[in-house]
Amino acid sequence: MPLLSVCDLSAAFDTEDGEVTVVDRVSFEIDPGETLGLVGESGCGKSVTALSIMGLLPKPAGRVVGGTVGFRDESLNDLPAERLRAFRGNRIAMIFQEPMTALNPVQRVGRQLAEAYALHAPSAGAAAVRSRVLELLEQVGIPAPDRRMAEYPHQLSGGMRQRVMIAMALASRPDLLIADEPTTALDVTIQAQILELLRDLQTETGMAILFITHDLGVIAELCSRVVVMYAGRIAEQATARALFAAPRHPYTKGLLASIPRLEGEPKTVLTTIPGTVPGVGELPAGCRFANRCPHGVDVCRERAPPLEGVAVGHDVACHRWRVVEAA
Amino acid sequence: MSVGEPLLQVRGLTKHFPVRGGIFLRTVGQVHAVDDVSFDLDVGETLGLVGESGCGKSTVGKALLRLYEPTSGTVLFEGRDVVAMNRAELRRLRRDIQIVLQDPFESLNARHTVGKILEEPFVIHRLGTPAERRRWAAELLERVGLPAVAANRFPHEFSGGQRQRIGIARAIALRPKLIVCDEAVSALDVSIQSQILNLLLDLQREMNLALIFIAHDLAVVKHVSDRIAVMYLGEVVETATADDIYAAPRHPYTQALISAIPVPDPTAQSDRVVLVGDVPSPIDPPRGCRFHTRCRYARDDCGHIKPALESVHDGASVACHYWESVSEAERLGGVGT
Repeated sequence: MPLLSVCDLSAAFDTEDGEVTVVDRVSFEIDPGETLGLVGESGCGKSVTALSIMGLLPKPAGRVVGGTVGFRDESLNDLPAERLRAFRGNRIAMIFQEPMTALNPVQRVGRQLAEAYALHAPSAGAAAVRSRVLELLEQVGIPAPDRRMAEYPHQLSGGMRQRVMIAMALASRPDLLIADEPTTALDVTIQAQILELLRDLQTETGMAILFITHDLGVIAELCSRVVVMYAGRIAEQATARALFAAPRHPYTKGLLASIPRLEGEPKTVLTTIPGTVPGVGELPAGCRFANRCPHGVDVCRERAPPLEGVAVGHDVACHRWRVVEAA
Repeated sequence: MSVGEPLLQVRGLTKHFPVRGGIFLRTVGQVHAVDDVSFDLDVGETLGLVGESGCGKSTVGKALLRLYEPTSGTVLFEGRDVVAMNRAELRRLRRDIQIVLQDPFESLNARHTVGKILEEPFVIHRLGTPAERRRWAAELLERVGLPAVAANRFPHEFSGGQRQRIGIARAIALRPKLIVCDEAVSALDVSIQSQILNLLLDLQREMNLALIFIAHDLAVVKHVSDRIAVMYLGEVVETATADDIYAAPRHPYTQALISAIPVPDPTAQSDRVVLVGDVPSPIDPPRGCRFHTRCRYARDDCGHIKPALESVHDGASVACHYWESVSEAERLGGVGT
């Protein structure tokens, strides 16, 4: 039984031009202990998908307009607000790109962690809370945790702040960690530290991770399965190995080919995807990638392609995947 | 400038920012943003400057144009010292050296049309008639792949990638000899980033432009550069050709930087060197080799004696006391600890 099942999830925002659907019938599952990558460029709906799962869309502008989110055998849609709050930060925890926006700047790190833990274990005494906080800081590789506990967030480096956020997320021993671009603001050597930490913690605790990023390199490194999103819809989903070895969607192919490679020849022409991502107010009918796609034909501009199985565990939303394959 | 002389010669470039504190805001320390940086750049060549946040790469770029006043050092552009130039000479210099920043939105006047923005360099330098300037602006738009009607629109009506095209159009308006690109593609999505990189490479070939390409992403820097200088805590630790820096990195920091880059291939074998700790503060950088606090090859003298940037071969250089044994160890698969 999957840990999380998202089925036909749609989310919309109110804009000056009326309600705009930014996530359109997205479905995927995450198994216990699995790492699923959600990848796509700015505005593809990956973060909104995560916030919809958590019931954290900004109100009143944003709302879930369709679909279901199941966690084990419970449906998160039907939960009263109070029960949903218990799920959040308890069974499901979330970390963000910029920990500074999530940490309280005028409260010592130790106190914030103690608060997170006390929510989970309200009966724990002061000594037990303190020792658990120390243990959490140690678990996320913060040196001299007893000293760090007494510091304020601004005294920590970006990497250390992200470690504190991860410690806070771990306080309740969640079954699922949603990580939204947690390493995007970090330098590459610090990113390597955080990715290693997440991998180690997962082995240790068996939690599942939904990892949201625009960086296909990070996906390849961390994730066993990948969902590729484009303009609010799923374009392709597959195991990481299959996706990188044999991408089927023209968008995935274009994206992989656009990345400058370290082993590539300097000063050569890079493959590009022409044009730009359509804005939320100007989403085309049919396949949303059609106007940038080298394989686009009339049917692509008329009908949205369904997500179709092309191999076991490999789905692609493209009318022309067979043609693309042969090309 | 005599034949064969580099377009740009930077020698001992240093920039310290004062740190003020106390009630009288006295100077209590110095941020060593850039320390003793030297390099040459030829006509039509690209030098990549790479390193992590706070390594001083952007400060180098800005000091070259005197957007920051260098603390010491010389910058010779076509043989003339930029550091000694007066205002009139500097204005003349900025026809030859331009800069493209990460977010052009911050450098494009939001209340001017794109046409007006592109005509401005000609107005400042008193070139052409109004009709000519309009025609030149239209030509610039076409050259960077934007429609002519873009001239009547405002910067906020464009996407990030299109705004960067406008920033590039303005930079090439006066046909400069050198453009400093400071994280010019870092904020762009990968499918747009590749469009802009191709445009820069095209323009370079067409105009014989020299580029200083500053970025934190080594794969991107390597893609556009002829030579690369790797910086750490204000200093250049290694220079080499773009190919060599990846194939045979000599400095332990360069090795760690390359090894930290996630490779978009799940089957790639990762024997990663994960650097411990954070970059130390540039206010009080470590004595000796600035990297020794995080270096897995460090020995006692690394903490006392500063390694000089030493020429190794073919214009490559490295600042490490033990680069020979480090390169050897790396070839054999690391120190094995």
